[in-house]
Amino acid sequence: MTQPLNRLRETASQTGGPYVHIGCIPSFAGLAGIYPEDLGLRAIGDNPKGEVIEITGSVLDGTGMALRDAMIESWQPDAAGVFPGQPGADPEVNGFCRFAADGETGEFRLRTVKPGAVPWPDGRMQAPHIALWIVARGINIGLQTRIYFDDEDNGADPLLGRIEHRERVETLIAKRTGPGAYRFDIRLQGPGETVFLDM
Amino acid sequence: MSLIPRDRSAHPPALDPGYKTSVTRSPNLPLLALDSSITEETGPTFGHGLIGPLDNNLILNWTRGESPAIGERILLHGRVLDENARPVPNTLVEIWQANAGGRYRHVKDSYFAPLDPNFGGCGRTLTDEQGYYQFLTIRPGAYPWPNRGNDWRPMHIHMSIFGHAFAQRLITQLYFEGDPLIALCPIAATVKDRGQLEALVAPLDMAASRPMDFLAYKFDVVLRGTRQTFFENRKDGM
Ligand SMILES: [Fe+3]
Repeated sequence: MTQPLNRLRETASQTGGPYVHIGCIPSFAGLAGIYPEDLGLRAIGDNPKGEVIEITGSVLDGTGMALRDAMIESWQPDAAGVFPGQPGADPEVNGFCRFAADGETGEFRLRTVKPGAVPWPDGRMQAPHIALWIVARGINIGLQTRIYFDDEDNGADPLLGRIEHRERVETLIAKRTGPGAYRFDIRLQGPGETVFLDM
Repeated sequence: MSLIPRDRSAHPPALDPGYKTSVTRSPNLPLLALDSSITEETGPTFGHGLIGPLDNNLILNWTRGESPAIGERILLHGRVLDENARPVPNTLVEIWQANAGGRYRHVKDSYFAPLDPNFGGCGRTLTDEQGYYQFLTIRPGAYPWPNRGNDWRPMHIHMSIFGHAFAQRLITQLYFEGDPLIALCPIAATVKDRGQLEALVAPLDMAASRPMDFLAYKFDVVLRGTRQTFFENRKDGM
């Protein structure tokens, strides 16, 4: 016989379903008015330090079709690599943002600041990145991934360095398409499947 | 402090053919498993200033207190804990649900059960210092959905919980004790571990009910915990 471990198991995830917006982005579902505004509407205030950028993309299923019911959350530090809540954080950076794929086109848009670098647990620096969490009908547990940037030096990033199939590194790197504009598509399965994280 | 790696056996697999939409929306390749970094170990915090007085009262929040929602009045309450059994205080809990007839107030829900003019269908609250939360709502109806020929969702409430680290983020659904549709539901059946599925079923809690007013159901949530060790060989994080 052994002593019990006295640990609890994490509650099982269930899909956010097709109506996840009712709970998370009610205005998007046509439920304006219960709250003064949707939570996480803006990643930044009017005058954040650093470069304001806009990332556009789609979440594509295994057939290549864009999901029109995906809900995405992002989390990042300010331009100096300081997370909201840490000393010295830019008060104009919320760090957190919630956005939906467009109900017609499936395209999402994230307006934020280019994040600064933050450390890896061993003290090395990570390349600038934004963490994403994706939920939708048919996704049984929220998918974690990251956005890196093709105009940053990603060569020494510890996480990217752990991707065994080197050609898959590209799936985490947003492509600059114009001044302050990036494209980042997320492929749930099939050719070019995005690297999803278990961290 | 680093997060305890996720026990994936506690969760549904990404691909479950019984839930057809998961077939083309599930990654095929293995997830990249790594220790958490500061990006995963920090997360947004929300203050009490965010929460309006009726935000956790779905019976009244749609009409701003004018007129109560139709349906069986219930108190949904419980605690948010972590895997180390410690309460998670001041964390945001959001819920959404169908009305008593099984219809969502959503542009894309075309089920012919009527909308309740007095019911919106979402609510939110912050846990208190002991991790406790509560909502007053109506019991949602079961509803049919296109999957196999005749699939119905059991009565359920969707719940989103933040925790204090972005990688603790969780969305789940809670079911109601005694509902025979749970055993028939392909979405409930994505949870393969029997104990884990049972933990999604909220029991009737007569002790928390109020005579002549509402019944109560209790639902506790467990989020990922952080590693507790004396041998932490790194600087204090968040
Ligand atoms: Fe539902």
